[in-house]
Amino acid sequence: MEYALEGRTGSWEVVVGLEVHAQVISRSKLFSGAATAFGAEPNTQVSFVDAAFPGMLPVLNRVCVEQAVKTGLGLNAAINKVSRFDRKNYFYPDLPPGYQISQYEHPIVGKGEIEIERADGSTKLVGITRLHLEQDAGKSLHDQHPTKTFIDLNRAGVALMEIVSEPDIRSPDEAGAYLRKLRSILRYLGTCDGNMEEGSMRADVNVSVRKHGEDGYRTRCEVKNVNSIRFAMQAVEAEALRQIEVWESGEAVRQETRLFDSGRGVTRAMRSKEEAHDYRYFPDPDLLPLVLEQAWIDDLKAHLPELPDAKKARFMRDYGLSAYDAGVLVAERTTALFYETVAKGRDPKLAANWITGDFFAALKRTGRTIENPPVTAERLGQLLDLMVDNTINGKIAKDVFEVMVNRAVSIHDSASATDTFDAVLTQTIDPAAIVDELGLRQVTDTGAIDAAVDKIIAANPDKVAEFRSGKDKLFGFFVGQVMKAMQGKANPALVNETLKRRLT
Amino acid sequence: MLTDLTIAEGRDGLRERKFTAVELTLAHLHAIEALNPRLNAYLSVGHAQAVEQARAADVALAGGDTRPLLGIPLAIKDLFCTAGVRTTAGSRILMPFIPPYESTVTANLLRDGAVFLGKTNMDEFAMGSSNMTSHYGPVENPWKRRQDPTAVLVPGGSSGGSAAAVAARLAMGGTGTDTGGSIRQPASFCGLVGVKPTYGRCSRWGVVAFASSLDHPGPFARTVRDAAILLGSMAGHDPKDSTSADVLVPDFEAACQRPIKGLRIGVPKEYRSDGMPGEIETLWRQGAAWLREAGAEIVDVSLPHTKYGLATYYIIAPAEASSNLARYDGVRFGLREKGEDLRDLYERTRAEGFGAEVRRRIMIGTYVLSAGYYDAYYLRAQKVRALILRDFTEVFAKVDALLTPTAPSAAFAHGEKMDDPITMYLNDLFTVPADLAGVPAASVPGGLDADGLPLGLQVMARPFDEETLFAVAAALERAAGFSALPTLRAGG
Repeated sequence: MEYALEGRTGSWEVVVGLEVHAQVISRSKLFSGAATAFGAEPNTQVSFVDAAFPGMLPVLNRVCVEQAVKTGLGLNAAINKVSRFDRKNYFYPDLPPGYQISQYEHPIVGKGEIEIERADGSTKLVGITRLHLEQDAGKSLHDQHPTKTFIDLNRAGVALMEIVSEPDIRSPDEAGAYLRKLRSILRYLGTCDGNMEEGSMRADVNVSVRKHGEDGYRTRCEVKNVNSIRFAMQAVEAEALRQIEVWESGEAVRQETRLFDSGRGVTRAMRSKEEAHDYRYFPDPDLLPLVLEQAWIDDLKAHLPELPDAKKARFMRDYGLSAYDAGVLVAERTTALFYETVAKGRDPKLAANWITGDFFAALKRTGRTIENPPVTAERLGQLLDLMVDNTINGKIAKDVFEVMVNRAVSIHDSASATDTFDAVLTQTIDPAAIVDELGLRQVTDTGAIDAAVDKIIAANPDKVAEFRSGKDKLFGFFVGQVMKAMQGKANPALVNETLKRRLT
Repeated sequence: MLTDLTIAEGRDGLRERKFTAVELTLAHLHAIEALNPRLNAYLSVGHAQAVEQARAADVALAGGDTRPLLGIPLAIKDLFCTAGVRTTAGSRILMPFIPPYESTVTANLLRDGAVFLGKTNMDEFAMGSSNMTSHYGPVENPWKRRQDPTAVLVPGGSSGGSAAAVAARLAMGGTGTDTGGSIRQPASFCGLVGVKPTYGRCSRWGVVAFASSLDHPGPFARTVRDAAILLGSMAGHDPKDSTSADVLVPDFEAACQRPIKGLRIGVPKEYRSDGMPGEIETLWRQGAAWLREAGAEIVDVSLPHTKYGLATYYIIAPAEASSNLARYDGVRFGLREKGEDLRDLYERTRAEGFGAEVRRRIMIGTYVLSAGYYDAYYLRAQKVRALILRDFTEVFAKVDALLTPTAPSAAFAHGEKMDDPITMYLNDLFTVPADLAGVPAASVPGGLDADGLPLGLQVMARPFDEETLFAVAAALERAAGFSALPTLRAGG
């Protein structure tokens, strides 16, 4: 099931490598003590270092180094015990010193790999070329004044990890799977929040095309600053189609930097190689080489959280889940945590079915996230308990769940302060209380079931005759009728048992 | 005269209440009023602030405070950022710039009770060996040629203002920075002691950067002991400078008393240049003889890569400068020239704000870092720098210190050596290697040339062994008995 694009001259293969800029989770910037919180008033999180005042010097933030090494370990990558910071020189008003401190020749993390899952369920390894630390630039605001550009330096100097993949990706789907997997690993590690809307994760997409079976790579173009996984996937296809068009018209693709216009679904040229800056990289003389102790790296490694691949394997092994269900449940650390809270001491498959089924559907319907769910893991677990101990049956459980969700939403909508929401939620959305309140307790009283069964048999003599003459399929009809008569509250096993006894 | 006192004498006199800190400071302020209009050593004088600091020092002295620099008036090179006090780096592009912070080195001096008289003139962004590249006009060396007393001589550079101020008794001591010789060469030209400590000994935080891997803050004084007192205050580990060394600051003043008997002093044969006056060669031999008489063993040594020092320096320093000076773009502080668009704003601001020498070095530095030239220039220069450092490491396995001339000439006149930049760069021939290697070095006045101008001898020592540096420098000072005075000086 290889992805291919058909051109006039035949079938083309797409070759993609991704450079992801992931903002490091840390309280202060890479080389200054200024804060990094998102959404602060412009220029309120700027130190003299960030603004490049004369005589100011960078001091490396140890936390950022730790985050980069943890990420490297999470990508199964080589950690370089000696790395170096270089200056990338260019003039722009949102780059106060006139250079960005980055790691050019000697990055902190070397080769690694990520396993991605393709749409058909097969897996594939995508190589990681390197990961390096660098500073973000500030923000230029061109739309605040008719003739002026405003500069916000809050972001200037914030630590980024640039994570570069090998050109191993061969389709938009693989590009999407790679980005999702990378984001998942970053979130598991707590090294980047992966929030593409806020710009804390951005991707540069390198695309080239070649004929199937062709050796080597053709000229690639870099599509800069794509800010969603969906756009990255679209950009791959759009850029590949453009390049095929160029090659097939007898011309050659020029190496250049391009932008993805998500509105029109096309890429357009930003600057060509000839216009490219000469960044004049050289080692930053204000900083010494970064030297890491093996013992320190080992310690970080020992305290690394369980990552998605390991967790998935464990879920399959310990909980007997299918690869698919396990994959869905581990994709986000918070989902896995939710699942394990529900599954603890309960039927793990039942928990998985409920979370991937009704619970996800409820998230989607209410527009909530797993971090802020309408029903907490504890409450969902209690609902499952009511089913297992036969207080309610599965059908009623779904109804009770709907009630829980709807009440949570209405409480939330009327709650004045959101931080009290969880407390309110936990107290009022009690599944056992709802069952009692609505009188949904399962009927296990055999007398009541006997009576209902007798009534249905008496009302349908022709169906009874058909059944007895061998039309087994009619059994379901009788079950349905009895359940209906008992408002769905009857214990299904008892109903089955009684019906079987009476009908045969 | 109060202005003739050394720092050590001033310190003792203050403690013994022979005079007050206010009197000491006012004596210097009056001297500045009298002579600075001619010398142009100070770019700004903080009269009120200095008197206020002196008054506070008097109160502290009365309370028995014994901080090492309490009440001592100093001159501060205008490359050090001083909180609330205009800082220019000798450039138009930082006009106006008033730093909201105090450099670590000047903060250390203030912590120890120093009084700041003002900010001193310098070559623009410390790029020069004559103080002629200052946007605020040249500095006059207070020393005069016997035969030609009307000739205006340069004080050397880039820390020419501090050197002239200390020589003319307009301050008891001063700060400088040495990137290629900017403390030692002006010290030699002005008959002073100038010390460039080990790289990492004094924090660069708050010092306007020229070439980060080469910039060394250090002191000027009229005696070795005074320089030791000042360095003891300026030095120390600073977590705000990643290249600052986390090593203890020993008692440099005490080290000046150390005997040098048994020390091995190397005399490197490569420290000679074409056209170097015979009297410098003679002084060098004399210096070696003085040290031998004091009990040291003189050893002929070789630092074979010395001849590449200047070329290496004039690649690395401009390369770093081209990047360090990119921040002067007219956007956030200092000069801004209006432009048609962003690029035009940059070009006009930097063309108007930087002088010719700074522009030249930015262009050289940009060139040597450019794609296609990086390997041939910058990378090769870094390799040669490593060889120069290896020369020192090897020679310091055999000797404890090195003795050389400080500069290949005495002070020259305004207008001389200014035909082309290379002639000027040759001034740094003997001082540049210690900057490239980061080893500590000092210039000590050794004697006068035939014109009556001071000549300095340079001592170099192992990294972080300033104690040996001071011991050898003090031995030279004792033997030389240098007592000549500049023509232009307070009360002179």
